[in-house]
Amino acid sequence: MPFFKRRQPHDVCIIGSGAGGGMAAKILTEAGADVVMLEAGPHWDNATDSAMFTWPYETSWRGAVTPERQFGEFDAGLGGWSLPGEPYTRASGTQFDWFRVRMLGGRTNHWGRISLRFGPDDFRRRSLDGLGDDWPIGYDDLAPYYDRVDRLIGVFGSMEGIPNQPDGIFQPPPRPRCWELLVRDAARRLDIPCIPSRLSILTQPLNGRPACHYCGQCNRGCATNSNFSSTNVLVLPAMAAGRLTLVTGAMAREIAVDRRGLATGVIYIDKATGREHRVDARIVVLAASACESARLLLNSTSAQFPNGLANSSGTVGKYLTDTTGTDVAGFVPALVGGLPHNEDGAGGAHLYMPWWVDNQTLDFPRGYHIEIWGGRGMPSYGFMGDIQRLPSGGGYGAQLKEDYRRYYGSVVGFSGRGEMVPNDDTYCEIDPDVVDQWGIPVLRFHFKWTEHEYRQVKHMQETFRALITEMGGTPFGTMPSAEDGYGIAPGGRIIHELGVTRMGTSPTTSVLNAQCQAHDVKNLFVVDGGPFVSQADKNPTWTILALSWRASDHMVELRNKGDI
Amino acid sequence: MVKPRLVGRIMSDLSRRDVVQALAAAPLVGSFLSKTEIERAWRGVGATAGATVQPSFFTAHEYQTVRLLADLVIPSDERSGGATDAGVPEFIDFVLTEGNEENRRIAVRGGLAWMDIECRERFGKNFIDCTDQQRAQLLDQIAWPGMAPAELAHGVRFFNTFRNLVASGFWSSKIGVEDLRYMGNTSIAEWTGCPGEQLRRLGVRY
Repeated sequence: MPFFKRRQPHDVCIIGSGAGGGMAAKILTEAGADVVMLEAGPHWDNATDSAMFTWPYETSWRGAVTPERQFGEFDAGLGGWSLPGEPYTRASGTQFDWFRVRMLGGRTNHWGRISLRFGPDDFRRRSLDGLGDDWPIGYDDLAPYYDRVDRLIGVFGSMEGIPNQPDGIFQPPPRPRCWELLVRDAARRLDIPCIPSRLSILTQPLNGRPACHYCGQCNRGCATNSNFSSTNVLVLPAMAAGRLTLVTGAMAREIAVDRRGLATGVIYIDKATGREHRVDARIVVLAASACESARLLLNSTSAQFPNGLANSSGTVGKYLTDTTGTDVAGFVPALVGGLPHNEDGAGGAHLYMPWWVDNQTLDFPRGYHIEIWGGRGMPSYGFMGDIQRLPSGGGYGAQLKEDYRRYYGSVVGFSGRGEMVPNDDTYCEIDPDVVDQWGIPVLRFHFKWTEHEYRQVKHMQETFRALITEMGGTPFGTMPSAEDGYGIAPGGRIIHELGVTRMGTSPTTSVLNAQCQAHDVKNLFVVDGGPFVSQADKNPTWTILALSWRASDHMVELRNKGDI
Repeated sequence: MVKPRLVGRIMSDLSRRDVVQALAAAPLVGSFLSKTEIERAWRGVGATAGATVQPSFFTAHEYQTVRLLADLVIPSDERSGGATDAGVPEFIDFVLTEGNEENRRIAVRGGLAWMDIECRERFGKNFIDCTDQQRAQLLDQIAWPGMAPAELAHGVRFFNTFRNLVASGFWSSKIGVEDLRYMGNTSIAEWTGCPGEQLRRLGVRY
């Protein structure tokens, strides 16, 4: 009779290779864990696969948006608002667009590198304004982890001492561009603080990675690893250390549990063959992106968990938020006929405006930060569209050709990124009718803005128009009306989905505890954007990294005590 | 400074990946490929505007119109060639063939037809058969939306679309990028910010 050797389970299975998953892989393998990581997308490596330094005229599309890359042909984002064979649905009356990439490193390949710490107030909003809920942790709990993330990954910025915008351990920021100085001066005259950006782009070498070479193409993936993406800073180093097994093209479809209600592993589909596999693990870490993790939990039903794994509270999928957003651009005469020079810089604006108003003086809660854009970027598909909006009003021939030359670089834009308050009408659930091509039931989204968000975005529009005017410029288009939602971007468009597996002290109103550990399933953790109790006026990634590191430390502690 | 391995290789052998890998292999501090080295490497790789190919979307007559009109929108001058030199008609034909915007295909095809209708009504001939002066008379009336007669609104709309397509293809071509004096898409060792002369012109300072 043949002797079958019993397969040993892995210590940890991590689903997702983005910011949260990558960080967990690094910390856990360094603690000695044998980790298997499932990634739904293909292998992609910014160091070798980037389109960095590609001229627009090297391709027929000149960098345009394509179905395969919906942020641009050269952008390091494989996927976008639609994925072939992987639909999602919306409840009637809902406007929501869900952005998904499928690739090693996830969204960290092409994100904006805006790396802002949440501030003390951001963890206790209910205590401050009675809306939403407080986090079960505070800034002081996370500060040591933000410090570690800053030191490991690197972020530039300036020490400003602004109370709810904590300073980090910063590398020097790059000087502002010409047009950014115009913005700064106008902002100052309007009493809006305008300070150096805080981006995870190296201006000094760090941990074996060279400093930025200022080609401005971070979104294409950096060939020299001078910006942060999970692949080369977290995942591949963990693999090189020998304790991480990476499986790409692996679509997780369910988390397996035993009769005790503990997770025992993950069932996934090998996308290349269509065959199902199961990986056994003592600990399961979900980092598939907030809504995908929620989807996995909701689809992992069992006798113990008829409403989805770890969902005795019924809050998986609830408290979904996205960042509020709107843009205003305008023509700035002072920038006409600008001096030709290399204005690429680092891959993002070198200045930004953190939230500056006392909400007591306003008719909406919470705040937003302001991002800026413009100047002499690389020409590509769609270059200087609708030039008839500029002062010479259109034309053709020699006059027009000269207009393109002199107006190039004279458009400046502002984008707001603000905090949405969770509401009961905004959540995701499993669609009862629709499955994807793998047979996995898909998500159905419900999304609503409330008066809080509309008024906040109205304030953005008014502020941006005032800034452009203060710069001596003319905004394009008129102020959007209330009927147009003051120009608010549809839900999902800012791509900061959070909250659908929120943490909290009570197992009846939250999915996870303060360590991102499921209340119901002690060997299950979630480390993407799902645990967040609130948005903030700050992008989530740096907090995802800090929370994942902290949760991973806790997993190690529990494991060493024999608790999991 | 350790010389990256691509120096000394024949330019035509270089691929974009070679340059990217050489950059990745460059030592950490202070050594970067010089701007000239990088630009020399790239020139070997850059695509050129193709010779006139048969259009896939446009008919022969439409294509003649597109070629003529594109050069009227962005002509050649002492600084750079015009739209046809930069491969703009080929670019527009590609975009309309490969893109999935059916409305835009209709708009361009229909707009070209509109131009011919308008010219036949005014001058008894299609656009391409008119004189320069006759063509200019029509374009003068539709190229500035703020000054166009109301009854020519459809032409204005077409011309906005066409001008956008010409600009998109021209300024993203090699000719266009160089004409603009775009000086980026390269590796620099140190970011120095806004040049002094531009600081003075703008009245700003660090």
